[in-house]
Amino acid sequence: MNRWVERELSGWGRTPRVRNLTARAERMADVAAALADREGASLLAHGLGRSYGDAALNGAGRSLLMPRLDRLLAFEEDAAHPQTAWLTVEAGVSLKTILDLYAPRGWFLPVAPGTQFVTVGGAIANDVHGKNHAEAGSFGDHVRRVELLTAAGEVVVCDAETEPALFWATMGGLGLTGLILRCTLRLRRIASPFLEVESVRADDLDSFLALSDEATAYPHVAGWLDANPAGGRFGRGVVLRGRHAADAPHDADAPDAAPRLAALTDALKSGLKRGITDALGGPIEPPAGLLNPQTMRAFNAAYFHKAPAGLHHSRSHYLPFFFHLDAVGHWNRAYGAPGFLQYQMVVPAEADHRATRAVLAEVQRAGFTACLAVTKTLGEGAHGGLSFPGPGLTLALDFPNTGEDLRALLTRLDALVAEAGGRVYLAKDARLARADFRRMYPGWAAWKATRDAWDPAGVFQSDLGRRLGLCGED
Amino acid sequence: MSVLVLGATSRVAHQIALRYARAGEAIYVTARDGAEAQAIAADVAIRHGVPTGACAFDATDFDSHPAIVARVEAEVGPLTVLVVAFGEMGEQAESEADFAEARKVIDINFTGAASACEAAAKVMAERGAGLIVGISSVAGDRGRQSNYFYGAAKGAFTLYLQGLRNRLFKQGVHVMTVKLGFVDTRMTYGMRTGIPIADPEAVAEAVFAAGNRRTDTLYYPRFWQGIMGIIKSVPEQAFKRLSL
Repeated sequence: MNRWVERELSGWGRTPRVRNLTARAERMADVAAALADREGASLLAHGLGRSYGDAALNGAGRSLLMPRLDRLLAFEEDAAHPQTAWLTVEAGVSLKTILDLYAPRGWFLPVAPGTQFVTVGGAIANDVHGKNHAEAGSFGDHVRRVELLTAAGEVVVCDAETEPALFWATMGGLGLTGLILRCTLRLRRIASPFLEVESVRADDLDSFLALSDEATAYPHVAGWLDANPAGGRFGRGVVLRGRHAADAPHDADAPDAAPRLAALTDALKSGLKRGITDALGGPIEPPAGLLNPQTMRAFNAAYFHKAPAGLHHSRSHYLPFFFHLDAVGHWNRAYGAPGFLQYQMVVPAEADHRATRAVLAEVQRAGFTACLAVTKTLGEGAHGGLSFPGPGLTLALDFPNTGEDLRALLTRLDALVAEAGGRVYLAKDARLARADFRRMYPGWAAWKATRDAWDPAGVFQSDLGRRLGLCGED
Repeated sequence: MSVLVLGATSRVAHQIALRYARAGEAIYVTARDGAEAQAIAADVAIRHGVPTGACAFDATDFDSHPAIVARVEAEVGPLTVLVVAFGEMGEQAESEADFAEARKVIDINFTGAASACEAAAKVMAERGAGLIVGISSVAGDRGRQSNYFYGAAKGAFTLYLQGLRNRLFKQGVHVMTVKLGFVDTRMTYGMRTGIPIADPEAVAEAVFAAGNRRTDTLYYPRFWQGIMGIIKSVPEQAFKRLSL
């Protein structure tokens, strides 16, 4: 029934890349058919390919592409909670589809990750978080019900009461508990699709970290820091805080969105231009990718100087606030053919951010340039054993994939993070070692026991799952 | 004012339904599987807030077709647009081995399609207004060994639509024939075509716009008109030797 076609798939980091048999589900019946006609191979759902490494790849088996299962099935306002509505969708619906439709109607996703080009199924499988984790929790906290096609071929509807172990193991379960078919998720009432935004510039790492810890009335907080310049400016950055505007008018404010977006693209353009000029004029060879140490430094410097000094208040449409990189499109291609690795970690809160400083220092000592460094403060959370968020500061660093030296550095960082009781985000991972994973995720064994009960034969597998000993044989 | 899309589970048909809904039309959709039709109707209603309806539809249950038209008119309003989007490619080899299979391909793609059009034509002609969109295929432009049962049925449907257009013109009802080339759907997924494949969303937009312009025959993507012009012009003496 399905057409199985060999093609190349990769995550957003474009490394690794695998070739395997894929089919594209066009209707619900195709999912059950894929389970039946996979000819003994393992199977994994693949959404919009925005996890970075190999979490959504299944090179040794088959992949089922889900984004065409994108129908909206039901919407109901919660009679008991006027600020809440419940939306039932197929797993392939993107967050963009939901927000395009509902933000103008006064509803918003309680948790929005850094890109809206992810499917709901992917958001569940990676239990994604947003800039407001401390206040709102992760994506899984707002999923009321999930319909899964299990390895046995049954459709199991689970929630916090019915099959709770399966339900929570599916939150952050990397698609390894079954194929997510449909789900019901919470939308939250908003008065306006615009946000009141406060940006604060910090001139060095100490003030940046102090700012990140500051109590604030803004639920959405993210920091960007420049991990590249040497000396006292190391760790300078900008902390961006936002809250949905309380006043209703949307249309009158619409032009507000454009300048912010333009400012960002300007920063990017001027950064790239300077970087390319530097690179071409300098002693080194012209770059293979657009992003190399020179352009990265220039980009980060441009971004820093674009932000007003000190404290600044503005209004922003939700698109540039939550998804500013979406405006650049396929920015991952700027790294060229080798792709890039993102290292995202969280360590439990410490007054002096010792572990975070140690990680940044190690990167600097090793002479690596992070193109992008982003922080967020996470709150209590973590479901089902594999979910990433936990209280503390999360730091994400993007590195061009330069090969073994980089991987060796990241392995050293793993040791620092694990030692501090932290963990790395599997949605971004392409290289974590099994032993480090087990130190970072002590709940893994309980998670695996649940998974194995529902899929004893290892029907659902991924490259990441095999690497970390989560599915199939050890 | 309502639009009936028969065979709405295909990506193209679903997008056509959404496009008419965006224009504010009430939408009624059908599919072989009634539950799938309900899901599509829910999607259309949620996205565009228009009245919708759905039911199961069997293309070869010809007698049921007038009742479906009546049901649409009763549930969502007078039928103004009919889109015949169902179809069955079949397997050529199976059709050659078993005529029952060939007959099924013909019954669905031609007889069923014509029967549905007749049912809609009746109410539209009485009212003196309406649009019938028949999704035919470039496969109906010339018989080829690789899919001639499907091609023959689609070719017959194309001729039927031509005649119907001629007949209904004086009654204020327009008939549009749509001939699709490669569209990014189930049939073409992963195919190495060597020529661009059209997006279902773009097809829907083109069908909607052409219907409003009262286009007689729409090739989409448009270059398929040129491709089929060339294919049709090859002399039979040569064509019969080719393996297309």
